[in-house]
Amino acid sequence: MTLRVNDLKVHYRTLRGDVHALDGVDFELADGEIMGLAGESGCGKTTLGKSLIRLDGRMRHVGGTVELDGEELPIADDRAMVPFRYHRVSLIPQYAMSALNPTRKIGRMIDELLRSRGVRPRKVADELRRRLELVGLEPDVLGRYPIELSGGMKQRVVMVMSTLLDPSLLIADEATSALDVSTQRSVVESLVGFRDRGYVKSMIFVTHDISLVHQMADTVMVMYAGRIAEKASTRTIIEAPRHPYTRMLIGALPEVGTTTSDTRLEGIPGTPPGLLDPPVGCRFRARCPLASEECLRTPPLTEVAPGHRVACWKTGA
Amino acid sequence: MWRYIGRKLGIYGITFVVAVTINWMIPRFMPGDPVRSMLSRASVSDPEALERMTAYYNEVFGLDTPLHQQYFAFWAGLFRGDLGVSVWLYPEPVVDIILRHVPFTLGLLLPAIILSWIIGNRLGAFAARSKVLDNTVLPIGYILTATPYMWLALLLAWALGVVGGFFPTAGGYSFALTPSWTWGFFTNLVSHWFLPFLSMFVVALGGWAIGMRNMIIYELEADYSNYLQALGAPRRLIRRYAFRNAMLPQITGLAVQLGTIIAGALLTEVVFNYPGLGTLILNSLNNNDFFLLQGIFLFVVVGVLIANFIIDIVYVLVDPRTRVRMTGGAS
Ligand SMILES: Nc1ncnc2c1ncn2[C@@H]1O[C@H](COP(=O)(O)OP(=O)(O)OP(=O)(O)O)[C@@H](O)[C@H]1O
Ligand code: SF4
Ligand SMILES: [Mg+2]
Repeated sequence: MTLRVNDLKVHYRTLRGDVHALDGVDFELADGEIMGLAGESGCGKTTLGKSLIRLDGRMRHVGGTVELDGEELPIADDRAMVPFRYHRVSLIPQYAMSALNPTRKIGRMIDELLRSRGVRPRKVADELRRRLELVGLEPDVLGRYPIELSGGMKQRVVMVMSTLLDPSLLIADEATSALDVSTQRSVVESLVGFRDRGYVKSMIFVTHDISLVHQMADTVMVMYAGRIAEKASTRTIIEAPRHPYTRMLIGALPEVGTTTSDTRLEGIPGTPPGLLDPPVGCRFRARCPLASEECLRTPPLTEVAPGHRVACWKTGA
Repeated sequence: MWRYIGRKLGIYGITFVVAVTINWMIPRFMPGDPVRSMLSRASVSDPEALERMTAYYNEVFGLDTPLHQQYFAFWAGLFRGDLGVSVWLYPEPVVDIILRHVPFTLGLLLPAIILSWIIGNRLGAFAARSKVLDNTVLPIGYILTATPYMWLALLLAWALGVVGGFFPTAGGYSFALTPSWTWGFFTNLVSHWFLPFLSMFVVALGGWAIGMRNMIIYELEADYSNYLQALGAPRRLIRRYAFRNAMLPQITGLAVQLGTIIAGALLTEVVFNYPGLGTLILNSLNNNDFFLLQGIFLFVVVGVLIANFIIDIVYVLVDPRTRVRMTGGAS
């Protein structure tokens, strides 16, 4: 088991009070697993990704633990996390287009980063070139400035750079959202290739877009309002989802495999609850067609089949 | 790169020509006879001298020749380094007078600009680093930039000059001394220089420090900083990047500010009666000395253009983005 997250709670401190962005998140990631992380905007995907590598100044670890390869990550302790970052946990950020220092040549920036992390750039230079070629970049991008690269090229540079030290866990946050469809596909393929070659052991692939996930992910985890709604193999999620929210999410998708946008996201009526003061019971209650009395109590995340966990009272139905 | 420099040179060249032309036009298109009005108000008592001066200026203005000839004669004189003869200090050539005053202005301006820029940027970068410093540097910076220059200059003159008695508050050097390459004269020069310098330095300092602090904080929040932090890069590396990137707008800022800084220098010289170009402008205005005024104006224009040109080139050298844009990037 690469990653084990137990009852993780992370809040944002704001002037109006704590935003309960992660409120008891519980999941595991097997070795070699690529997990798609889906859910509407604001459900806590980025927060979860950041919690596993670096909490920003406003985030507070309120409870729960994270284990990586059997070792507990000191996620609340910024200093103690440093040795894990990049070497063991790495990130392709949501803003990969602007993740490179605009005034440094790419090669030099990578060298400086490596040296600051105690890695001799010489030792990985050949590997760096090989991987750039693997994602379809000429090694001479190293001599260029970020402004000289297209968006897709920058994305791929960040991809190679982030995984250069072969981390156990890679968090790819909306790694493809800013790209056109064909570039998206090649980035996704490269990421799967990285996993197959063992450059990264396992991966959390955050996305809005379930149709993209099914091309690459082994499993899918659906979040809703700071909690997990359902986690299962990609196939199960697409073909036999159990949670009403997942079903509506899938239903709101175009036919899997087509890319026409006219049937796209009529959306689910209503909006997710605010996380400043989340409602008691099932958080999906206000929008759920199946809601009833018992949904006033919080549904536990239960295993309904091997590897398939759902947080809903009505999963038996 | 060369095309860029060439284009810039072209723009500055045109600016220069326009400035010279306006300069040439002003006395000529003013109502009345420029020579008579100039000399009558210049209070020359000796009638014979007045005669000679009238003859001289009539010839220089060449009012009886066609306009375009007057114009070309003006340019020809310019290229010979001949800006005419001063009315106020007749018959001393304008160029000589200006050259005598330029070192004072430059000696004041250059150190004040460069030191305030360097130290202000350092202070700002420092302030961005620590809360304590931020809470002191920032308010002081705001107070300094908000204070009217006159007020600050007078305060300094009063505190360090009149009350403290550490520095003289007027003049470029003591009248009792004649300029010479001696240690005594040099220290006298420096002590006169100090207060006007300090006032300019202090006023500019706050603005640079605040600008730098805000820029650094902005850069430290930038995506590349966050990414590097997530990958565990040490603060040192991230700060180094942020500092360098924050410097770039400050360089542009310097170019933009140059004009106002020079105006500030004129004010400083008037307040401290410092014998640079500013005082000279005041004198030539009081004495209706068109030629001197014209000459100073040209000097200032050329100075500003050269300084801007240098900053343009420096900017291109330090910011790869402009460089890439010029040579045509890949994407
Ligand atoms: N800095 C912050 N301060 C306060 N609340 C925040 C902050 N950042 C995020 N939140 C809140 O935390 C919740 C989760 O945000 P998060 O960014 O993790 O969502 P997300 O699932 O990544 O959304 P998206 O798909 O739009 O990227 C949201 O309700 C958001 O309003
Ligand atoms: S627990 Fe109730 S409200 Fe929540 S999803 Fe299931 S049925 Fe709907
Ligand atoms: Mg997000």
